[in-house]
Amino acid sequence: MSSSALDPLDIVDPDHEHSHIGEEVERRLRRADRRRGFLLALPAYLYMVLFFAVPLVIVLIYSFATRTSSGSVALSGWNLESYRKLGEPIVRNVVFRSAFLAAITTVVCLLVGYPYAYFAATRRPLVRNLLLVAVMIPFWTNFLVRNYSWRLLLSTGGPISSATEAIGLGETDLLFTRTAVVLGLTYSFLPFMILPLYASIERIDWRLVEASRDLYSSGWKSFSKIVFPLSLPGVIAGSILVFVPSLGAYVTPEILGGGRETMLGSYIVTQFLTARNWPVGASVSFVLMAVMLSATIVYFRAGGKNL
Amino acid sequence: MSEASSAQARGLAKFGLSLNVLLVLVFLYAPIVLLTIYSFSGARNPGQWGGFTLDWYRALGDDTRVQDAIWVSIRVALVSTVLSVVLGTMAALALERFTFRGKKVFDALLYLPIIIPDVTMAVMMLLFFTQAFDLLDAWFGLRIAKGFATIVVSHIAFNIAFVSVVVRARIAGMDATLEQAAADLYATRWKAFVFVTLPQIMPGVLGGALLALTLSLDDVVVTQFVAGPGSTTLPVYVFSLIRRGVTPLINAVSVVMLAASLVLVIGSLFAQRANEGRRRREPAA
Repeated sequence: MSSSALDPLDIVDPDHEHSHIGEEVERRLRRADRRRGFLLALPAYLYMVLFFAVPLVIVLIYSFATRTSSGSVALSGWNLESYRKLGEPIVRNVVFRSAFLAAITTVVCLLVGYPYAYFAATRRPLVRNLLLVAVMIPFWTNFLVRNYSWRLLLSTGGPISSATEAIGLGETDLLFTRTAVVLGLTYSFLPFMILPLYASIERIDWRLVEASRDLYSSGWKSFSKIVFPLSLPGVIAGSILVFVPSLGAYVTPEILGGGRETMLGSYIVTQFLTARNWPVGASVSFVLMAVMLSATIVYFRAGGKNL
Repeated sequence: MSEASSAQARGLAKFGLSLNVLLVLVFLYAPIVLLTIYSFSGARNPGQWGGFTLDWYRALGDDTRVQDAIWVSIRVALVSTVLSVVLGTMAALALERFTFRGKKVFDALLYLPIIIPDVTMAVMMLLFFTQAFDLLDAWFGLRIAKGFATIVVSHIAFNIAFVSVVVRARIAGMDATLEQAAADLYATRWKAFVFVTLPQIMPGVLGGALLALTLSLDDVVVTQFVAGPGSTTLPVYVFSLIRRGVTPLINAVSVVMLAASLVLVIGSLFAQRANEGRRRREPAA
C-alpha cells in the first residue's frame, strides 16, 4: 500500500525546503485514510441500503399503488387514493383513539415517574443505583411476557378480580377495555419516562434550591420555580419516548384490548394480513413513521441527545 | 406558615414520595412474580391457584411445537447477533474514527431503525421480500419462500443500528492516542486493532451483543410478517396462542422466556460494571 512506502516518520520537517513533498504525502495519507474508513463502513452501508433504504422506498411506492379487486397490488395507475382514505371516519377514529390512549399513557407515566425519578435522584449513590436498576430490569425482560402477565392478572376470576371481590368491591372486569390498554402501555414504557427524568433532575444544581430556601421560598415554590423548569428537558424527552412507541403499539392493544380497541399498529397489520389492502396499509405506516421522525427531531432539539 | 405546619407538610411530601416509589416497584414486579407463581398452579383456569404442580412444565417438555419454536428463536438470535455485531462494530469504528464520502447519509441511515415503529419496519420487510421474490421468480425462475433466512435478514437490519449506537458510545469515550502509540511502535493496523482497540471497546461490543440478543428474542411484529409456515419463533407462536386465550401452558412458556431474559439482564449488568470499572481505572479517558 502506498502509505507504507511513504512513512510519515521519514518526512523532513515542514519548514524545510522540501515542504511540498510533505504536503503531497499528507494528502495521500489522508486519501488512504478516507478509503480505509469507507471500506470499513461498506459492508454495513450496503446492508442498510439493500435491506432498509430500499424496503422503505418500496413502502412509499406501494402507498401510491392501486389495489386490484382480487386483493393484490397493481403497480400502475398511481394515485393518492390511499392517502385520501386517511381522512375517512374509520381511519380517523383509529388515529384519534391511538393519539388519545398514547397521550393518557404519557400523562400517567409522567405523574408516576416524576416523583420516582425525583426520589431516586436525591438519594445517596447506592440507593440511587438500586432504584435505577429496579427500573431497568423490566425494560430488559421480554416485552410479550410483560404484557401477557397483565392479561393474566386482569382475566375474569383472576388475581385482581378475586382481590377486589374479597375486599367487597365486587368483581372487576377490566380486560379488553381502554383502561387495560393504558395499563399495559404504562407498564411497557414507564422506564422510558423515568430514565431521562432522572438524568435531568440528577444534574440540577441544588445550591439554587438552597438559595431560594434562604430567601424564604416555600418548598412548593422552590419546586415549581426552580426544580421543575430545570428538569423540563427530561420531561419533554421522556414524554416523547413514551408517546411515540405508544402511538404505534401493536402487541399491547392486541393482548389487552382484545382487538376491540383498535390502534394504529393493529390497523396497519389488519390491512396487510387480513383485509389485504396493501396501499392503505403502506400509506398509514408511512405517515406513522413521518410523525415519529418529527417527534424525534423535536427530542434532539430539546437536548434529548445529552440525556 | 408556622414552623410546625411546614415541617408537617415536608413530612407529608416525604411520605408521599416514598409511598410512590413503593407503589411503582410493586407495579413493576408484582405482575412478573404473580405470573411465575401461577405457572406452578394446578388449576385449569390459569388465573387461579390450585395447589403446587410441575405439570405445565412437563407438558412443555412434551410439546414439540414449542420446542421447535424455541430452537428457531435461539438460532435466529445467535446468527443475527453475531452478524450484526460484526457489521455494527465496523460501522461504529468507521463513523467514530474516519471521515469518508457519504458519511452523513450513513449516519442518518443507521439512526432510522431505532426511531421507526416496528409495525412500519415489519411492513417494509414484507413488501421488500414479496417484491424481491417476485422479481427473482420472473428473472431466474427461482422460487424462494419466506422462512428462517428472511427472519435473520430482518433482525440484522434493525440490530446493526442498535449495536453501532452502543459501540460508538464506547469508542467516543476512548483515548485515540493509544492507537497512535501502537502505530508509532510499528504495530500493523490489524495488530493495533486486535491488541489495543478491541480490548478497549469490548464492553461496548458485549453490551451491543446483549441488546441485539434481547431485541431478537423479543421481536414479535417484524418476525410475524416475514416468518414462513415452517419456521416460527417462540414469541410469534406464543403471541398467536395468547390471542386465542390464556392457558396454564402459556404461563409456563412465559416463565421460560422470563428466565432467558433474566440471564441476559444479569449479563448486561456485568457488562456495565466492567465498563465502569475500566473507566475508573483510566481516569483520563
